[in-house]
Amino acid sequence: MKLHAKIPDGPIEHKWRTWLDAHKLVGPRNRAGKNVIVIGTGLAGGAAAATLGAHGFKVKSFCFQDSPRRAHSIAAQGGINATKDFANEGDSTRRLFADTIKGGDFRSREANVWRLAELSENIIDQAVAQGVPFNREYGGQLATRSFGGVLVQRTFYSRGQTGQQLLLGAYQALEHQVAAGNVSVHSRHEMLDIVIVDGEARGVIVRDLVTGEIERHAAEAVVLASGGYTNVYYLSTNAMGSNVTATWRAHRHGALMANPCFTQIHPTCIPQSGEYQSKLTLMSESLRNDGRIWVPRKSGDDRRPADIPEPERLYFLEERYPAFGNLAPRDIASRAAKVVCDEGLGVGGTGRGVYLDFRDAIEQHGREVIQDRYQNLFEMYERITGENPYETPMMIYPAPHYAMGGLWVDYELQTTIPGLFAIGEANFSDHGANRLGASALMQALADGYFIAPHTVTNHMAAKRGEVSTSDSAFDAAQDDVESHIAALVDVGGSRSAQEFHREMGNVMLDKCGMARNAEGLNEALCKVREIKDEFWRDLRVDPGVEELNQSLEYANRVSDFLEMGELLCHDALRREESCGGHFREEYETEDGEALRDDENFAKVTAWQYQGEKGDPIPHDEQLDFEEVKLATRSYK
Amino acid sequence: MNFKLEIWRQFESGQDGAFETFEVSGIDPEASFLEMLDQLNERLSHEKRRTVAFDSDCREGICGSCSLVIDGNPHGPRQVTSCQTYMRDFIDGATIKVEPYRSTTLPVIRDLVTDRSALDRVIEAGGYISTTTGPQPDPNAMLVAPDVQEEVMDAAICIGCGACVAACPNGAAMLFTGAKVTHLNLLPQGQPERESRAISMVNQMDEEGFGGCTNYGECARVCPQEISLDVIGMLNREYRKATVKKKPKAPPKMLTQ
Ligand SMILES: Cc1cc2nc3c(=O)[nH]c(=O)nc-3n(C[C@H](O)[C@H](O)[C@H](O)COP(=O)(O)OP(=O)(O)OC[C@H]3O[C@@H](n4cnc5c(N)ncnc54)[C@H](O)[C@@H]3O)c2cc1C
Ligand code: FES
Repeated sequence: MKLHAKIPDGPIEHKWRTWLDAHKLVGPRNRAGKNVIVIGTGLAGGAAAATLGAHGFKVKSFCFQDSPRRAHSIAAQGGINATKDFANEGDSTRRLFADTIKGGDFRSREANVWRLAELSENIIDQAVAQGVPFNREYGGQLATRSFGGVLVQRTFYSRGQTGQQLLLGAYQALEHQVAAGNVSVHSRHEMLDIVIVDGEARGVIVRDLVTGEIERHAAEAVVLASGGYTNVYYLSTNAMGSNVTATWRAHRHGALMANPCFTQIHPTCIPQSGEYQSKLTLMSESLRNDGRIWVPRKSGDDRRPADIPEPERLYFLEERYPAFGNLAPRDIASRAAKVVCDEGLGVGGTGRGVYLDFRDAIEQHGREVIQDRYQNLFEMYERITGENPYETPMMIYPAPHYAMGGLWVDYELQTTIPGLFAIGEANFSDHGANRLGASALMQALADGYFIAPHTVTNHMAAKRGEVSTSDSAFDAAQDDVESHIAALVDVGGSRSAQEFHREMGNVMLDKCGMARNAEGLNEALCKVREIKDEFWRDLRVDPGVEELNQSLEYANRVSDFLEMGELLCHDALRREESCGGHFREEYETEDGEALRDDENFAKVTAWQYQGEKGDPIPHDEQLDFEEVKLATRSYK
Repeated sequence: MNFKLEIWRQFESGQDGAFETFEVSGIDPEASFLEMLDQLNERLSHEKRRTVAFDSDCREGICGSCSLVIDGNPHGPRQVTSCQTYMRDFIDGATIKVEPYRSTTLPVIRDLVTDRSALDRVIEAGGYISTTTGPQPDPNAMLVAPDVQEEVMDAAICIGCGACVAACPNGAAMLFTGAKVTHLNLLPQGQPERESRAISMVNQMDEEGFGGCTNYGECARVCPQEISLDVIGMLNREYRKATVKKKPKAPPKMLTQ
């Protein structure tokens, strides 16, 4: 299969304009007759549904939570990037573009990343117009701060609740369109399949999570904004319900899944404290602006951190990466923490922790300034751990956080199934092998407010016949969904889905986490298959499918994670190089840095589903670098 | 740690429910309340008994999904969300009562899960700034002093969990609605719809059947985001100012109760 990214011709600065000038339109009077389905109400889905609704299309918006406002985007803390250059540092579209390409370790598409950087300014304008209360300077202007992997202050923020405020902006815009009669919101509904008629996505099958009823919805286009798959690791910073079901079911129907092995392990999370734990909590990366990361130089040093004198502390990021220090990009900071812990220098009960110390910042700026900057994060830390970070350093450890991989999409954010679009974290997007901080919110909103509404319109402008939900394709899809549900209930075993999920997560984190090698990946493939077999032998789901049944919802999601886990390992095995979040131990430089292989792997790998038993088939999209020279990343 | 749990079980909306008692043992004090319930559910699966339904998603106090009433307190004993309540907050061996929100406007769907869509409808009535995606003015053309931004943020951080409604003897949603009106009406962008917003949101609260405010202050006492009663004062003022110009047909509950 040849992958066509459909990148417009012309200089990179003009590509998006060129595309916009040429795309097909739907006249205002014809819009109300066209239905669009948007799965997900996070930043990407909420923004897309509100915008398409405002254009006058009939939008059906779905989410599995009880309200669109609870989508996982709500949890984002630190901020959102934009090239406003209010700090007058000479920031520009080209700089954000170059930082993102380089930060992604040269594994993303230049044209898409340029467009993202170009649209970043509009996002801030849009959010402020909606009433998003970004932090302000004394004079009343918008404030910015810096984030990992860059040398300018281009991150806008609302205290430590930027995602919440941006999502509420999108949610309110959505409710505005609900009031206007353009959007209908279907909360507590989960999409379980997509329906394809004559080769195009024409609808979805969803389950009403309250009544258990299986519903059919037809449309001219389907947009998946269902978020990332990081819960494949079980313990992660994602919400409990974050899942791969929507995108995986699309994958089963032929949508290619790109770069699934590109997953991000975030350096600053609260370390795990017990077996029962259900999720890990992120401490915003913005803390690295003032916190210094260190471990004792001596293994087994169990003095209180305050009693360890300066020369006996190893500030491993500052020593190793003097230019960026504690603000080194995430993949690098995470791996460095893993390395010192592997060497036995880790702290805390499990030896899997490093200190994030604010002592010097408090001395330098005073407690008040630090409190102003991070109060809610400090409170959150204290709430969870019972320790006061003003007095004793925080303890942190990397945790699975973000999925750079996802459904393959072209420049129009369309998957390999015509009429099926993927936006936000659900697509493989713009972050290559590593995402920079504060760029996911930017990408989800660029996709949702400014890109998908146009590309989806372009698709809908073509004439196509009506499709009714009594079409045989809907019958077949509903049958599939119902038999899958029946199969889950019928196993009749004795173990909850959570147990299998936990087991699988441990394997994935161990063998396909921060460091990977061929032997471990092959082992993981076998183990995940074993867990899958066991799942289908001993799963217990509450009986009763025509009612609210959370154990069924969970089991259904885990059944997809088990398949996704295998694909992750396949992809990690095939990519015989180290880049960004994908670190293959066989491919490292002498001083332990990632060793990329641009000759063979400057490309996207997009996988084609071959049935449950078959091995997936990889397809390559070659990446060309014309604007930023391929170079080894160095943050030293 | 060991606990005796009395958990509300209810099969469906509108049906009768009852408390069921469970014993849990070997609970780590560092486990969160919801993780303790996960453990219970894992065990119930092994015993082939129906698991306990409850809502949660982010498990870090920001999405507003979790919504338990623990020992009579919406969310729990410490004015933080249910998901941020830890077992170390309880005495070993204690009997703990776990219920859903009890409010006619937030009916039970099953066990500890309630329907809070009435809150979405209050937002739909006017909890937004009517703008659509497109070219917008330079954001620095509308300056906002940092102290105003702080005041706005103190209200805007509402997570919409509904604990305020569950705690209020009148079942009022004044803290929730007041928070949104304060957020939007204090900002320059919110001015054009300032009056219509206050009126339509208050009318919708009434239509949904939320009660009026008689200054119990329970809402602010349980609010995990520590939203202050000031937002209710703001809502009342905004509503009065708006209705001086435009008389409502019938006075809303918030004024009559
Ligand atoms: C703790 C944390 C902090 C973060 N901080 C930052 C930050 O500071 N800056 C930054 O840029 N990024 C940050 N990120 C990343 C960023 O928040 C996410 O990448 C982004 O919000 C994803 O948005 P989304 O719209 O793609 O998906 P989500 O917000 O995940 O939304 C997914 C939606 O899809 C729905 N859904 C999923 N499956 C189905 C289905 N089968 N049927 C129906 N509906 C479905 C859900 O209900 C939900 O509405 C953070 C992430 C985490 C976890
Ligand atoms: S689960 Fe999100 S606030 Fe408790």
